[in-house]
This record gives sequence, C-alpha cells and structure tokens, in this order.
Amino acid sequence: MTMTSKPRLMQGNEACVEGAIAAGMRFYAGYPITPSTEIAEIAAERLPKVGGKFIQMEDEIASMGAVIGASLAGLKAMTATSGPGFSLKQENIGFACLTEVPCVVVDVQRGGPSTGQPTLPAQGDVMQARWGTHGDHPIITLSPSYVREVFDMTIRAFNLSEKYRVPCILLMDEVVGHLRERVELPDPASIKIINRKRPDLSKIEYYNPYQDYDGDGIPPMVNFGEGVPYHVTGLIHDITGFPSTKPEVTEYLISRLMRKINDNLDEIIDYEKFYTEDSETVVVSFGSTARSVIRAVKILRREGQKVGMLRLKTIWPFPHKAIQELPPTTKNIIVAEMNFGQLIEVVGASAKGRFNVIGLNKYNGELISPDEVIAKVREVNKNA
Amino acid sequence: MRKSLEKYYRIDKLPHIWCPGCGHGIITGAVVRAIDNLKLDKDKICIVSGIGCSSRAPGYLNFNTLHTTHGRALAFATGIKLARPDLKVIVLTGDGDCTAIGGNHFIHACRRNIDITTVVFNNSIYGMTSGQYSPMTPLGAYATTAPYGNIDRNFDLCKLAQASGATYVARGTVYHVPQLIKIIEKALQHKGFSVVETLSICPTYFGRKNKLGSPVKMMEMLRDNSITVKAAEKMPREEMVNKIVIGEFFEENAPEYTEEYMKIIQRAQGEE
Repeated sequence: MTMTSKPRLMQGNEACVEGAIAAGMRFYAGYPITPSTEIAEIAAERLPKVGGKFIQMEDEIASMGAVIGASLAGLKAMTATSGPGFSLKQENIGFACLTEVPCVVVDVQRGGPSTGQPTLPAQGDVMQARWGTHGDHPIITLSPSYVREVFDMTIRAFNLSEKYRVPCILLMDEVVGHLRERVELPDPASIKIINRKRPDLSKIEYYNPYQDYDGDGIPPMVNFGEGVPYHVTGLIHDITGFPSTKPEVTEYLISRLMRKINDNLDEIIDYEKFYTEDSETVVVSFGSTARSVIRAVKILRREGQKVGMLRLKTIWPFPHKAIQELPPTTKNIIVAEMNFGQLIEVVGASAKGRFNVIGLNKYNGELISPDEVIAKVREVNKNA
Repeated sequence: MRKSLEKYYRIDKLPHIWCPGCGHGIITGAVVRAIDNLKLDKDKICIVSGIGCSSRAPGYLNFNTLHTTHGRALAFATGIKLARPDLKVIVLTGDGDCTAIGGNHFIHACRRNIDITTVVFNNSIYGMTSGQYSPMTPLGAYATTAPYGNIDRNFDLCKLAQASGATYVARGTVYHVPQLIKIIEKALQHKGFSVVETLSICPTYFGRKNKLGSPVKMMEMLRDNSITVKAAEKMPREEMVNKIVIGEFFEENAPEYTEEYMKIIQRAQGEE
C-alpha cells in the first residue's frame, strides 16, 4: 500500500503546483489572472526551494513563449491562466504542437466570452482547448473534478506531454481551482514519472530532430545546449527540422503529429463509469459539474431510476469509445456542462443517432446543482 | 567565405533566401565573426529569432537555433536563458518583429537586464510581406501601406532600449563592418541585456519604393549620412536631420536577471 502524507486542507490551485513539482516541473512562467493566480503565487514560492525557476512575464503570450524556451532547454515547464489569457496563449501553443515541445498549460475556466466573469465558474473553453490555435494539430486535454485529482492529473499531464511531445492542457474551472478539500498526497517514491525520450546518440551518425527513429511517431529529443546543433521552426519542416513546402513532407508531418496521439488512445483516454451497467439514461459530465451529477445519480438510484454517469477525465482526444460502449439498455444521454452546449456536439457525433442526446446547460455563472440534474433526468425518463 | 568560418554555417542550407543587394547577410556575417573572434564555445550558443527576413538568419547558422513566432523571440530566449544561464543566448530580429509586434517583449527584456544579446536588423520596412511600413520607417518615406508617405513617427531604437533599461546599447550599419563586428563583440561580452541596432538595406522594397537607386547607392547613403556619437554631440541640431548616429550610446554594469534569480534560490533554500 502506498504511503501517504498527513491529511491537509488544500486548494485545487495549490494541488496543481504540488502535482507539477512532484512531476518534475522546474520552470514556471505566468501572468496574473483570476481565478488561476494562486498557481503563479505558489509556484513563485515553491519553485526556488527545489532549485526551479519562476518568472512573471510581461503578458500571457510571453509566458507561453518562455515556457517553450525553457522546455527546449531541458526543464519541465508549465504556465497557468484563465479564459482571456488562454486566448492569448493560443499562438504559442500552436508553436509547441508543431515543434513538439512538451509543456503543460493550465486553464482555470471562468465565465466568458471576453473579460466575462472573472470570479465565476464556467466550462466554456472546451472547444478552445481543442481548436484554440489555428491549423490541424494534436492536443491532449484533461479535466479534474476533485482537489486530489488535480494533483494526480497534473502529474499525468506532465507525463503525457513528455511522452508524446505535445502540449497538455489541464482544463480546470473556478470551482475546482478554488475549492479546498482534505487531501492526502502519495509518497513521492510511489509516483510514476515519465521523462521525454532521448536518442542514443552513439548509434546515430547525424541527429535529425524530427526523424521517427523508433517508428512510434515520437522523435527522440535532445535538449538545447547539449552540444547537438539543430534547428527548430514554426514553419512546416522535414525530418531535419528545416522548412519545406513539399506536399509529401507536409502530409507526412501533419499525419505523424496526429498519429502519435491517435495510435495511443487507450493510454491517453481516461474516464469513470458509475452505474452505467443497466442505465436507461447516462449523464455525461466533467470537472466540477461531475460532482453534482454523482450526487444526483446516487439520489435517483435510491428512487430506483435507471440512471448512470460517465465522467470524462480526458476530454481531448475525445473518448468516443466510452460513448459507443454504453450498454444496449441506454436510450438517453444527458450532457451536463456549464456552457451553451459544446461537448454535446461531439457526444452527438459519437452517438450516431443511437441515443437521444440532450443538453443540460448552465451559463449564468452558477454551478449546475444536483437538483437540476435530478429534474432533468426525471423529465427525460418520463418522456422516454 | 573564410574556410575557418565554415563551421559556423549550415553550408548545405545556402544560398540564402535574401534578395540581391540585401544587407542582412552582412549582419549575419558580422555576428559569426564576432563569435569567432571571441572564441565562444559553439555548443553553448543558442540563436533565437522571430518572423521576417532577418529572422531567417539562424537557419543558416550551425548552433542550436530557434525560429519562433512573430515578435516573440525575446520571450522564448528569456525562457532558455533562465533555464540554462550558462548558455550564450543571441536574438536576431528585425525592425518590425522587434519594435511593433514584439515591442512589449523588447522593453521588458531591456528592463529585466537579462543576459541576452539582441541584434536588430533594421531595414526600415517589412520585407518578407513585401514592403509595408514599420515603426522604424522614417517619417515621410513610402511603403506599400504608406502610398502617400508615412505619417507615423518612427522610434529611435537606441533611445528606447536605454530608457527601458538595457545596459549596453549601440548602433552600427552594414557599411561600417569592422566597427559593427567590434560592437557585436562588446555586446556579447557584456553581462546584461545588450542591444545592437544595425542599419541594413532593402533595395527590393524600401529602396525601390523610395527611389533610392542601386544597392551600391544605398550603401553610399549609409556611408555619407553616418556620423559618430562624438561628432553628433558637437553638431548643431539643424544639421542632424537625416543623419545616422553610429557607435556606442550606453554601457553600464547593473544586476543581471539570472544571477539575481540564483540569489533567490539561495534565499529560498536557506529559509527551509
């Protein structure tokens, strides 16, 4: 059994920094923005204690750039922000996707669009996390529901980012970020850490930074300053890292970037099923919304309602299999999300007409309550 | 090219993409010569750029090179330098890249006095996108987006750098090459944020739009209009119009960012 630390009252944003440091984060660049600011504040205090570096940059764009620079120079790096800052970071998130620089970007979602509602929760950045930066690109997005899960998922975000050389978005929301819960942290020795794959330079005559040496779509990485000169560019490039406009080079690169994620869905995708075995109705949710859904499902089950829940821990790549593998008893899917209806589009595509897909949406700055979930399930089951 | 300099270039990537008569190759050559003269460890050099004609220079140079997003070179460079203070980080950027879209990053890098050398290739125009005015295009000059003459007042980059906190500030031109190499050498040796503005020539766009004649003519203009910092001090204001002041403007010793951060680490660890 894993040793754990003494129980502590911990905030979600604090758990994020603790998880990051446990994962090996040694660089943080950020810019103050509600409701993510505690992450920067705690990182500023904690990082130098472990020999790491913190810098408050002049803006969100620069923070993302500094994170990529630091990661290229060999440090595990993270930044955190919220809606407006997430918009600004998109330019350089795209750079990290194309140049395959591992990094973690935390988005503690607040109400939007624009300045929106800085202090209130929302889940309106679901689509932005997937398609916020321009062009075809791979991305991984995880979404925690509990404080302890923020810790574990931040570690997982670093591990996936390092393994697949892709930016990993940790999509939190104001409630999970500011919530304080009793937390027992695992023994650091028991935590599984994954570091970026490195080439065996003794076996390589000339290192090509974007050559798929191992056939898994993930080029091994040499850090800057290790005596191996190579070029990194945000232009479409060939395996040598230099720009190319050749159709075959372009197609190969984009498809390899997608393949390295799509070939590993089973490892990347994580979700939790709850009472789905015989459900007629399944509520799909994530983040803080899932907390209300679990409560609602427990109450409804006591009443004998055939209802279950599917909590998505990985949002992107989307867990299509989890939807498609719902039992034959399932007729209805309710997608509960604090937005006007974003994830429902993907659930609908996944359902392919097999289920009735119904939205439970709230976009007024308030949480979706268990009562609202209960009312929606009753309404759906009555009409079914 | 001198044989001994070939190791600094990716010879297989030449010829470069720059137009005939462009001054950017001269600046790139001056950076290489400065590195060679100082016998810097090649493996400890990172060269970072943004987007534009000038920012293509790192692609031809055989170091760890990073061609970033438009205007953001200094942000990436700051991350590299803070992560690995033992590396010599050089930023190659243009007038548009550095002072328009990258203006905020530039003044803040100056302010932090982080040990990065920035060489600004100033050709007074956006060359890559074929001739739009930049914040360094002189008042009254013509550009594709200033068909009736430019009414935007231009930056004095050296004044901007100094006012923002850079601790080594100098200007050179692609005509005065030996001086340019010396200035870049001093910038590379300086501990802190150093800025070398280099006047380049763009015969294809700036020259053609402003009827300045051949690249040779544009070089002659740099020669004839440049005066030293010392000469400029004695010159009456009315004679200074259209003069290019070259040389070293400012040098001071001030706490360097990454060294100060190492003290933070010591302080934080001492408390535990």
